[in-house]
Amino acid sequence: MHHEITFPTDEAAVRALRAGDTVTIQGEIVGIRDATQIRIFDHGQDPPFPLRGAALLHTAPNVRKLADGSYEPMCIGTTTSARMSRFTEGLIRDHGARAIMGKGGLLPEALEPLREHGGVYLAIVGGAAALETTQIEAIEQVEWEDLMPECLWRFRVRDFGPLIVGMDSHGESLYENVQVEARRRLDESIYARL
Amino acid sequence: MSTIASTDLATAVEEAAAHLYVWALKDIPQDLRDALRDAMGRETHKVGKRILETINTNVSVADEQGNLVCQDTGIAVFYARVGERFPLHPAQIEIALREGTRRATLEHPLRSNTVHTLTRKATGDNTGHRIPHVHWEFVPDWDGLDVKCVPKGSGSENMSFLKMLVPADGVKAIKRFVLDSIVGAGGKPCPPGIVGVGIGGSADLAMHLAKEAIARPVGTQNDDPDVAALETDLFALLNDTGVGPMGLGGDTTVLAVHVEQAHTHITLNPVAVNYQCWAARRASAHISAAGEIEYDREA
Repeated sequence: MHHEITFPTDEAAVRALRAGDTVTIQGEIVGIRDATQIRIFDHGQDPPFPLRGAALLHTAPNVRKLADGSYEPMCIGTTTSARMSRFTEGLIRDHGARAIMGKGGLLPEALEPLREHGGVYLAIVGGAAALETTQIEAIEQVEWEDLMPECLWRFRVRDFGPLIVGMDSHGESLYENVQVEARRRLDESIYARL
Repeated sequence: MSTIASTDLATAVEEAAAHLYVWALKDIPQDLRDALRDAMGRETHKVGKRILETINTNVSVADEQGNLVCQDTGIAVFYARVGERFPLHPAQIEIALREGTRRATLEHPLRSNTVHTLTRKATGDNTGHRIPHVHWEFVPDWDGLDVKCVPKGSGSENMSFLKMLVPADGVKAIKRFVLDSIVGAGGKPCPPGIVGVGIGGSADLAMHLAKEAIARPVGTQNDDPDVAALETDLFALLNDTGVGPMGLGGDTTVLAVHVEQAHTHITLNPVAVNYQCWAARRASAHISAAGEIEYDREA
């Protein structure tokens, strides 16, 4: 099933998503990365703008700074999410974010906070940054520039996707399903052929 | 006999390095384009097919817009084949490769990823202590220089694995280790990519060989028939795991398996895995003793 969602959004919108569904996003998304979340959670600094209802993208974009101090997108893509799994509970429960977008999936430990507090993990096609950049209409706000390129970014997007619901708010993970199936194939047939 | 001054030759190598770094990031080689298109045609899993379609669309968008294929500008890895009569000393070649990397980063500009490992302080120009790294090969009775640039992204580099197996484990254990590594990596290294496997030598040499393996064009096979057979076996086994594009399930888990071998100690059986994501960027230049540069996307 395909869904089009405008972010920021509410819990009901993400509760309607099931693992394997596809999603296209309109509106605003927020870019975060390792250093951004280390500052929020390990150094206890509140983000300069609220993350309530937000779709968060694991990114560190290539940008060019213009004379007026604003930034022009050059190449915006997505990084591996697993490194940042431990921030999931704080992002959803304490800051009210509703979607985390990245590639490769969060670790299985993130499934429970997504289920309990109402969040989803949306998988983007990793490496497809040229396409992703065309879906970013503007960089609307940049905070914590000292963390460049791991700042807190606010992007305006159009037809952002395709995204695949990799982990839903009902305890299902496509990544986990694929791992279980791969292990079954290894044990039942592949190891016997070595 | 070349009459070119070595400073001019150094400038040529620097120019080539700067061009290769940017070019590799934007224009992926034909063998890879063909492999990605073939995979899209073969894939039967719905999500996997959608992902491969998006990847192929992305390659076209990068062409049309002159943009980078992937935002991760990586760590620039260079492979230099130096003829014994090439008039510029490797010490100067290394400086020129480094300077070219720096210039390309600042002038394009490209995202800089290079930080001090402990302090995490950024250098801002994609160079640093021992970075970029150069793999060297020296060629007797030749006066040319081949340079290949492989910008290596971190998502796939983080999925690198080494195991010191024992001889009694045999080739079965080598295969099992590669399978377990790639299944365990799941979607993190941006599959379907090129699995580089280094076997033999010592611990450091095995990983070095795995890194050389990922830089080979898709479709090439190892010259040693026993090693080539291992490549064929592993390719079939890995694609039977069902990990699929981006680890979300499908028939295409890897585009290629490349194995490089070195002889080893009688008691050793090392195996190293280095993963190359689907955006397997590489670009080469042939530089003559006179400083003429010929660019080559396919080498």
